[in-house]
Order: sequence, then C-alpha cells, then structure tokens
Amino acid sequence: MPGHPLVEHRLLQTRRRFFSRSAAGLGVAALGSLLQRDLGGAGPEPGSEDLPGGLSRIAPKAKRIIYLFQSGAPSQQDLFDHKPGLAHCFGEDLRNHLPMTERVTGMTRDQARFPIAPTRFAFRRHGQAGAWISELLPHTAALADQLCFIRSMHTEAINHDPAITFFQTGAQLAGRPSLGSWLSYGLGSENANLPAFVALLSRGSGRPNCQPLYDRLWSSGFLPTEHAGVRFMSVGDPVLYLSNPPGFGPVARRRMLDDLERLNQQHLQEFGDPEILARIKAYELAYRMQTSVPELTDFSSEPQSVQDLYGPDVARRGSYAWNALLARRLSERGVRCVQLFHMGWDQHFTLPIQLAGQCRDTDRPSAALVRDLKARGLLDETLVIWGGEFGRTTYCQGKLESSNYGRDHHPRCFTLWMTGGGVRPGLIHGETDDYSYNIIRDPVHVHDLHATMLHLLGMDHERLTFKYQGRNFRLTDVHGRVVQEILA
Amino acid sequence: MVFRPFRRDRHALAGAALACGLALDPSSSHSQSGPGPPEFNRDIRPILSQHCFECHGPDAARRRPSGEPLRLDDPASALADRGGFAAFTPGNPPSSEALRRIRSTDPGDRMPPPEKKLPISSDESGLLEDWIAAGAHYQRHWSFIPPTRPALPPVRDSSPVLNAIDAFVQSRLEQADLEPAPEEDPGALLRRVSLDLTGLPPSPAELQAFSGNPSTFAYHKAVQRYLASPRFGERMTVFWLDAARYADTDGYQNDAERTMWPWRDWVIAAYNANMPYDQFTVEQLAGDLLPDATEHQRLASAFNRNHRLNGEGGALPEEYIVEYAVDRVETTAAVWLGLTIGCARCHDHKYDPVSQEEFYSLYAYFNSIAEAGTGAGTEAPPLLKAASPLSAQNPLAARTSALQTRLREIERSLPAALEHGVDRSSHPEIRRLESEIASLESRIAGSKVSVMIMQETDRPTPTYLLRGGQYDQPDMSRKISRGIPLALDDGSVPQPAGRLELARWLVSPRHPLTARVTVNRIWSQFFGSGLVETAEDFGSQGSWPSHPELLDWLAVEFIESGWNVKHLIETILGSAAYRRSSSASPALWKQDPKNRLLARGPRFRLDATALRDQALALSGLLLEKPGGPPVKPYQPPGLWNDVNQNKDFHYLPGTGEELYRRSLYTYWKRAVAPPLHVIFDASGRETCNVHIRVTNTPLQALALMNDETFTEAARHFAERILREGGPTLSSRLAWGHRAATGRLPEPAAGAVLTGNYEFYLRYFGEHPLEMRAFLATGSSPPSDSDDPTALAALTAVAHLMLNLDCTLTR
Repeated sequence: MPGHPLVEHRLLQTRRRFFSRSAAGLGVAALGSLLQRDLGGAGPEPGSEDLPGGLSRIAPKAKRIIYLFQSGAPSQQDLFDHKPGLAHCFGEDLRNHLPMTERVTGMTRDQARFPIAPTRFAFRRHGQAGAWISELLPHTAALADQLCFIRSMHTEAINHDPAITFFQTGAQLAGRPSLGSWLSYGLGSENANLPAFVALLSRGSGRPNCQPLYDRLWSSGFLPTEHAGVRFMSVGDPVLYLSNPPGFGPVARRRMLDDLERLNQQHLQEFGDPEILARIKAYELAYRMQTSVPELTDFSSEPQSVQDLYGPDVARRGSYAWNALLARRLSERGVRCVQLFHMGWDQHFTLPIQLAGQCRDTDRPSAALVRDLKARGLLDETLVIWGGEFGRTTYCQGKLESSNYGRDHHPRCFTLWMTGGGVRPGLIHGETDDYSYNIIRDPVHVHDLHATMLHLLGMDHERLTFKYQGRNFRLTDVHGRVVQEILA
Repeated sequence: MVFRPFRRDRHALAGAALACGLALDPSSSHSQSGPGPPEFNRDIRPILSQHCFECHGPDAARRRPSGEPLRLDDPASALADRGGFAAFTPGNPPSSEALRRIRSTDPGDRMPPPEKKLPISSDESGLLEDWIAAGAHYQRHWSFIPPTRPALPPVRDSSPVLNAIDAFVQSRLEQADLEPAPEEDPGALLRRVSLDLTGLPPSPAELQAFSGNPSTFAYHKAVQRYLASPRFGERMTVFWLDAARYADTDGYQNDAERTMWPWRDWVIAAYNANMPYDQFTVEQLAGDLLPDATEHQRLASAFNRNHRLNGEGGALPEEYIVEYAVDRVETTAAVWLGLTIGCARCHDHKYDPVSQEEFYSLYAYFNSIAEAGTGAGTEAPPLLKAASPLSAQNPLAARTSALQTRLREIERSLPAALEHGVDRSSHPEIRRLESEIASLESRIAGSKVSVMIMQETDRPTPTYLLRGGQYDQPDMSRKISRGIPLALDDGSVPQPAGRLELARWLVSPRHPLTARVTVNRIWSQFFGSGLVETAEDFGSQGSWPSHPELLDWLAVEFIESGWNVKHLIETILGSAAYRRSSSASPALWKQDPKNRLLARGPRFRLDATALRDQALALSGLLLEKPGGPPVKPYQPPGLWNDVNQNKDFHYLPGTGEELYRRSLYTYWKRAVAPPLHVIFDASGRETCNVHIRVTNTPLQALALMNDETFTEAARHFAERILREGGPTLSSRLAWGHRAATGRLPEPAAGAVLTGNYEFYLRYFGEHPLEMRAFLATGSSPPSDSDDPTALAALTAVAHLMLNLDCTLTR
C-alpha cells in the first residue's frame, strides 16, 4: 500500500530501526530476521497501531538503567526498616506476637521457637524526610535526600533461585527474558560499539561461600539472542573471546577482516541472501568492540578524585567498586542496562559480622556512583536501583545470642531504593508493621516495580510484548501497576 | 513493513505487494491459496483467537458477559440467537452484532475494548465480513482432525517434481507464479546432506567422487550411506537433547552434577537402530511400565527425569514435586502434541480447548512417582544403576553378550540331561565361560552410574485441581482422574488408564497431532523452519501451515511406514525442494524472504555443535568415540568461578582426546552453559525447546575469530592442506576451499585467497615472534616438518576459510 500514511510511517520506522540497529552494538539485528520479525513472525500485533516492539507514547524520563542487585537478600531490619520497639522483645517467640500462618522455608519450619532478634546496629534519621538508616551504611545515609526508599517491596518466592529469577524475568521458573533484554528489545542500543545490556558480577567479602548465580539471569529467554546480556568478566578478556589469538595482532586482524568481507561480498552477489550482509556487519562490530572495550575497562583516564570517591577497592578488577565505576563508564557510553550482581547477602548465621562485610563492599561505591552520575549531569537520565530478591525474618534462625544471630528468608516485606531519572528524591514509600513482618501501607510488588521501571524508560509494560508459543508475553505477565506515587 | 498481507483485500494485495516489493507469506496469507471465500481455520480463527478468545473463548472463568457468556470459538454460541440478534448471522453481515461492535467508533461499545490494546484492523474485519457473507462456516481446528492422505495436486510443469513432496510444492509455486531454482552445485549439495545427516562435512574424497558423478543414483547412495553412519544417531540426538531438556547438572541453586548420560546414549543407539518412532515414544514415556521391562527400556524412561531438580536448602519437597510433574506434562505436550498445555495449569487455556481440569487429568499420569522432591540428581529416587547402551562405549558389555551367545550354543549342543543342569559344571568350556561372564558382569556393575528414571508408586497419588496452579492450593472438592483432553478424544480408544496407555495413545494411528508435529519438527531440521513455523504450537495461536496438504501427506506416510524415521528423512531429502540451489534473485529474496514457498534451497547458519565439529573434522583433530561421560573442551577462564558458590570452583578443561570429542558430549552445566553453544543460539536446556533459532551477532564473530578451538583447528587444517592439497599454492587453496565450503573457489575468490596468503607469508616472515606464538595456540604441538612461516601463513588463510559465510552456512 504505497502512499498509505500508516504504511509509509511503518516503512520509515523499519528502515530507521534497521539502520539505527545495524549501527549499534549488540542491538544489531540481522537484516533478514529483522524484516521477518516485522513481517509478522513475531512482534507487533496484527492490526495494532503500535510500532514494532510495542513502544508507546509515554515520554521517557530515563534513558538508561543501572541496577545494583544485592544477591542473597539484604536484611531490611538491620539496614533500613527500623523497629525500635523490638529491642524490648529480645528472644520472645514471634508467634506470641503474630499469627505467623504463612509459609516459612524448609530451613526454619521445624524450629521449636521463633525468637525475635532485634537488630544490634544503631539507626539514625537522615535527610529532610528523616529516613532511618543503619550505621552500616554511612555513605548511603548521606545521600538520603536524593534517594527514594520503598520499604514495602514484596515478592512471591521464598527461595533464592526462584526469587532472583522472578526479579530478573517476572517469573519464578526459568525461561523468560530478563529485564535488561526486554529493554534491549524495546529500546535498542545507543552505542555502535557496545552491547545494550551488560552484567557485572562480584563476590561479597561478608560471606565467602555465597548463593550462586546463573547465566539465565541475564539471558534473553525466548527473545532473539542479540538481546541477551553480555557478562563482563573479572579475569581474562572482559568480554568473551575479545582478544585476538596470540601472535595475531591488529594488523593481521584487519587484513583478515578485509579479505573476509571481499569474499563474503562475492557470496552475497551470488546468493543474494541478506543474512550475508548482516554477517559482514557483525564482523565489523566485533572488530569495533575489540578496540572500544579495552579502552572502556582501562580506568587510567579517570581522575584520582573520581577513583577516590569509589574507595580503595576500585583498583581491584572484579570488585563491586570496580564494577560500579565501570557501570558509570558503560552507562555514559549509552549502554541501556548495566546490572551489577553482588553476591553474599544471605545471612542465615553470624549476620552481624557478615552483613558488615557486605556493607563495606557496597556502601561507598553505591553512593559514589550516584554522586558521580550527578556530577556529570547523567543522573537525570539514568535510573539507579539498589535491592535484593526478598527480605529476612525478624525471628532468628538457629541460636539467638546477644551479639550474634541469623535471619531466614522473608518475602513479605523488604526495602529497596531507587534514584535518578523520573524518581521522586527524598521519599519514603510504604510501611511495615512493628515487626517488619507484614506491609501495612502501599505495597509494591515485583511486577509493580517492573511496570514502573518500564514506564520511566518510556514504555507501557502492557504493550512491550513478544509473541511466543501462541501468547503475547510481557515482563509483567498479566500484572503490574505503575507506582505513580514515587514518580517525580 | 509490519502489516500482514492477509488483512488486505486479497486481489488488491497481490498486485500491490509485488509492486512495492512486499513479501508474501503463505502461512498468513490466504491470497495465495486460490480463489474462494475466507476459510475459518486459515483466515478467521487466527483473528478471533488473537483478539477475542481471551474473553469469548475456551476459558470458562473469564468468559464475558458474565450473564450470558459468548463464545466465538464455538458456533453453538456465536451463531445463537441472543434475543433478536446473534454475534454472527450467517449470510448477513449487517445484522452480525460482533462485526458491528468491532467496527464501532464508540469506545464504550467497541470490541475488543480499547484498554485491551488489541484493536482489529479494517482488513481483518473485512475478512470477517466476507466470511459471514459466505455463510459463517465454522471448522474444527485443523490440527485436531486426523490427517488423511491427500491426492497429489496437478502441476503444469512436472520437471521439478521428483517425489510427492514436490507435487505439493510445485503446485503452490505455480499458483504464485514462481520458478523453482535449479539443483544445487553438487559439492554444496553433498555438503548440505552430510552436515544435515551427520553434523559433519563430507570428506574431500567424497566431494571429489560426487562432484565427478553427481547422478541421482549417486545422490541416493550418499543419503543412504550417511543415514547408515553411526554419526546419524549423534546428529539426531543433538536436537532431541534440546527437546528433552537434557543437562549434566541439576540446574537450581548449587547446580549439582547428575549422571544422565547413559540415557543420552540410549537415544543415540535408538536413532542409529532406526527404532520406530512409536516405540521410541513408548519407551521414553513409559519404558518402566512395559511388561517385563528390560534395563534399556527402564533407562529410556529417564526422558521425563531430565527436568531441573532443586537441591536448595530451604526448598520444600511438596512444592517441587508439583513443578516436576508440571514440567513432564509441558514437555510431553510440546514434543508430541505441539500444544502449549502449560497455560492451563492456572486457568482454562485461553485459546485452545484445554480446561484447567484437563491439565490436571494429564498431570495425573505424571505425578505418581516415588520421588523425594529435593536433593541431588545422583541420589534422587527412583534410580537405575546403568551403563551406556552403546556397545562401542562399553566393550565389556559387548564381550559379555558374545560369551553369552557362545554359552547358549554350547548348551544347545549338549545332551538333554546336561542341559537341565545335571553336572553342568563338569563341562570345562561352560565352566570357563560362566566364570568369565561373572567376572565381566561384576566389572560392568562397577562402571555403572545412577540414572534417574520413572517408576510408578504402588497406588496412584490422589490428584486435585490446584487453584492458580499453586502447589499448596489444592481444591479438595475437585478430585481429578486421569484422562486426555476431550477435544482430542474421538472415542476410538478408551481413556488411557495409565502412563503406558497414554504413551500408546499418543502414537495410535489416528492420533491427529503426534505424526504432524513430529514430521514438522524433523522437516525443520532440514529446511531451517517447519511447514508450521511454530513447531511448538499447533493450537489456535500457532501459525497456519505453508503447505497443509504436504504436512498431512508426510504425516500419513510416516504413520503408514511404521513410524520409520529414516524413511521419512530419505523422502524429504529425495525431494527437488531440498536439493535446490539456495541462490536466488534479489526479487525472490524480497518476495519470499523466509523461503516459505521453497522456490530455492534451504540456507541457514550451522548450529553450535556443527560449527565446532566441522572445524575439528576439517582439521583432522576430531576424535570420534560414541557415548560415555561428558567431556570438557576449551573454555575461557573464570566463567564458572565468578558465579559459583565457592570462588575456587574452576572449570578444568579436559586433556588429550577430551578436547576433540564431538560437541554433543560437551559438559552441560545449566548455571553456566557452554559458551560456544550459548553464543550460537543453543537452547538453555532449562525447559523443553523444539524451536530452532538462528541469529547473527558480533559475539559470534568474536568467538569464531578468537576461540582457541578454531585457531588450533585452522593450524591442523593448514597442515592437511599442505599434505593433501597438491603441489601448488593454487591447488592447495582450492582444495581447502572445497573442503570447507563444498565448492571450488571462483577465480575472484582464488585471487583474494592468494593475496591473503602472500600477505601473511610476508607478515609472519617479518614478525617471527608473533609467528611462533600464533603456531603455539592450542594444546597440540605444531608440526615441525613444515616451514613454520609458510605454515603460519596458511594457518591464517585456513582460519579465514573457517570464518567464511559459506563455511558457517549450509
């Protein structure tokens, strides 16, 4: 239907998409498969007035996201959700205070008692809103006026694997695309030489033996592989297979690529398969990554003042601090989603010692990242989120001592903070009961968080869909509400 | 271009589409299917399913309006008089209320409601109007009607028709006025066959022989040779492992190791023996329940224990026992029925006629297993101590079996009295054989590993509908008995009593789905996509087949051949459609980018296993040894320890031959799947996958350029080129190019390769340190008989050849 305005619009969009994507890091889609998708294999709904990918007309507040995922579930009672009244209930059985009819994990369900374990850390109020924050997080506390604390997060899963998978994909069982790959799918990449979604891993010093992670947490599920997160490594090549083979330097590589293109062009003339053209472009992008990534992971150009902001760990590749600085560098180069995974927050035992270690790893770099983004004028267009997969119990797991305790998993309430593009700063949202057991005001479900994140990035969570196995899948499944109350 | 042609007026479309270069997609375009009114199955159901069934379909709980629910999937409701009007009034579009509401401009009146964000386009409502005008004839969903063998359609030009497949394809091409491409270049064709059937390229000698005599006879001989090769079973198993979500670890949390590989070897052996697919099905779904089940039949039932297993400390067994049974239902339904039955776990299926209750009726076949729910896979009952059924893998078993045969021969030759045990031990030969057999058997027992298998509990576990699919929300008022969904029950067989009967029902000759789903999946291995593009979904939301009659013809042929897999494949490969050149004019690429009409030969990138195995085969490094425990080839450092519980948990690559085994045997850790597989679109092996995906990314280019595997293979390939490629540079480059791509280089390509060689000869001549480093890649030592500079230069050229699009594609 040439001339039809809608068709013309779509043709233009398709062309734009192709060219913008082919010039863009891992967002590059094969010409063939992109056209196929747009021709109706999957993607937009028949008859829908949507653009491909389900983008809608919400004005984006943020362009990118940095998600500081604290894997293992930080204890809300010891960090943010202050319950001073519990100091008088030390060792009392929580069941004498609450019905506790809900499910607990297999680790504590056979305990004879559920003794209340008040936090042994001091809390103070910070910022104009007077947010209670533990002494373990002095750097975070100093930023209180810039952060939005959601104290009423809740989730459905009670074990790590399903709970982290839920946070990452909107479903407890493996197989769905991760948050970052939805963003890549919906927004494409802003940078020609870098992937749209990067995962960075670090191990906590609080708990050396920690909950493991899995590739599927940043995988693309049923979305095309090009949207999968690329994990930057802490040893060897920062990106898998980035370095040329030994003895095969840039000059040798350039010649190889030039001749490869000549030969592939000859095949293209003969076969006409547009996939060949896509392959030629993929090799060129690979080459550009080979030059851009080493520059990216070399911090020598960062002023000492900036490095100092992140703390001494920034010198150690693979540390949380190093990853936080790398996250800023990735983000300022247009990477849509950078996700840090810091392991070791699973304090079933010896919580006071372990938790202090975890906070030492992360407090200063997390705050530094926010300050650094702000100083560069990037915070307004970057959404930063800090949080784990669930909360921890008020009752002690194992033996309760005056200076030592542990906490089991608690999905019914926990705290998460966010800041940056489109988020109301200095806000405390939601409230829990006197035991940090149940939410009593403004609950925010994981699906709601996802809907809000997509909203801030300019996407309607109900429209960002992908058809698979006969169904239009969404990050938020059939749920999710944009939490308007926390929007700036 | 984002609209689907079928929504346009069909006559206007054909011209307009060609004029502006739009693609025609037969699976969504009735414009290609000849004249006549819209057909319900092909044209109307997809629209109603996508836009209406959610509230006016199979899901009783969500049906609207709540007072007088309307079903548009059921003519009894859709055509019924609803007090002076009907949703659809046959022959009378203006008095069809549904059509009026669809076209209403009043947001409060319009259907679907605007907040659903699923508007129906004017083209679609036009189709609905045509269909109503023609009588609003409903049809049963096509894939639920048992296939019958269709007559071959007439064709104008029979020259491109080599077998029945081509009659259907040609007839369709003639409707679309398309000319089929000629036969592929012989070398490229043989390479296509070899890679498709064995996962490995043809040897240079095979290429030479076939290129010299590319007769039809020689072609069929080659196909038969590859089908008879033990590599065939390995190749087929690659796809089956994705469907069976096979892995070497448990998947959750600490991702403990399991030892399910004897089952994997059972699959290889079954494919190689051309086990009929009905038997293949029954033994894997219910081998444990067969009368006098053999050890191998019980081993086969491990199919439905390949799911993930949660060993996390706090995990509740009762929760995970439910998850495992659900996984078995979903996997079985996807692989055999091609249905997304998992949707009905929490509510009635919104598109297909499967109620939530029917989901649990299927679930009830899979939940009576004496399993613990949590724990590590090597200790999760029911277990079988099993060895690999591949005799090559297990020489002890082969020897034992030979001795047993000999023993029986001797016994038969002895007098009756002796045969009945009177003083057997006095016979020296019998004594010797028995003692050796006993000793072998005890050694075999020592080499056995624990495989999780199926084994029914004494009494079936009571099953209740789980509200919302939640393990702890059984509706005790709704006890569920075993049974198959009503929509698939044509009354010809009694309700299957148990898992064994269920398996037999799946492969009963009148089953509407199993054969279609299976031939479609096998077809997709050879054409890159199925006749039904949604290999995983033959339901209401699945795609319409590009060639419905061909699909049915193949399904019936498959059943009537005794579910003969090799016969099916031989038929597919015997078609002209498969043998065509994959080169096409730009106009055809534009017109049919996905090659749905099969005017050209199938062309797609090799999968992860074939890419690596091809490089190993070309280099001569490939070590072929079927079956056995998984092996660990090269992998970049650090991949495992960053994610693991313990930071000192390293991946230790194997040594020697373990580095060069076929990729099928690569250790599959679910938490960190092998990177080459992941980068090249492998399924994650978390859940069943039957859909082949192919992408094209820079990470793939990085892996091919820089992974040690390919650099080392290039060096050995170069050594072979030097030894076997003749005396001159040009003969060598030609030899190498043909080995890698199946074809001799065109003169222009030969010139590029020569220039490339000369560049590297000079480069490495001037950079001796780099030259030595380059030659030292990999754990195998470089040859010292060749001139190192020449070898390094040729290695670079060989590496270039391994990266050619023509090498990566078949």
